[in-house]
Amino acid sequence: MSMKLSTRQVDGVTIVDCSGRITLGEGSVTLRDTVRDLLSKGNKKIILNLAEVNYIDSSGIGELVSAFTTTKNQGGELKLLHLTKKVHDLLQITKLYTVFDVKDDETAAVKGFK
Amino acid sequence: MEQPVSYTLDSTLDTVDHAEESATRIATELGFGEDEVMQISMAVREGAVNAVLHGNKYAPDKKVTLAFERTPEDLVITIRDQGKGIDLNGIPNPLAPENLLKTSGRGIFLMRSFMDVVEIRPSQTGTEVKLIKHVHGKPVGNKEDSQ
Repeated sequence: MSMKLSTRQVDGVTIVDCSGRITLGEGSVTLRDTVRDLLSKGNKKIILNLAEVNYIDSSGIGELVSAFTTTKNQGGELKLLHLTKKVHDLLQITKLYTVFDVKDDETAAVKGFK
Repeated sequence: MEQPVSYTLDSTLDTVDHAEESATRIATELGFGEDEVMQISMAVREGAVNAVLHGNKYAPDKKVTLAFERTPEDLVITIRDQGKGIDLNGIPNPLAPENLLKTSGRGIFLMRSFMDVVEIRPSQTGTEVKLIKHVHGKPVGNKEDSQ
């Protein structure tokens, strides 16, 4: 299953609902293009909702890191929401879980932006 | 999988997906649990990515070979490319604080995290990666071993 993304706005925050796989190739490129497009349009408060992401590889992890740092470098903020167990475990073993701002509650995540 | 299985594949992203799918199917057939199947398939995917991307650099004249073998104790998976080899000493530790925010360099780390043994043999004619997962239970459908 390839990756699908859709965006929605909640109180000035852009939530990107992701589903499928974030892997080398199409999935990674789709995520990268979406985040860059949001930032170029001034949307700098971003939540990646990963509830429906069932697989991610090292390239996908790299894209999450890239999205996080690119947003931060442009004065924005990016949070991860609703990690599946697989993604949670991967971020734990790569020590990235504490680097990302990971949330379980969408409302709290939206309100948590500065 | 009673006999060793081997594939010769092009240096494409389709090969990466094929390798992952084959690993998932074979590991499942051998009776590995869901988590172990995921670990094996992800390790194979990372090995195939390295072979296609970093080893063969997508070169159409270079192939990736992928082999699965079930020994009495292990599932042994071998991935070979025809690249120029890698400098294992030049691979930074992805867990070091200064490397955490790098966007690449986690593939071998994930392979080592998910498999029991990972052997990497670089050479001028290509790199061979051997991934080994110990078999803890009896294979699915192995009726000869039943009491």
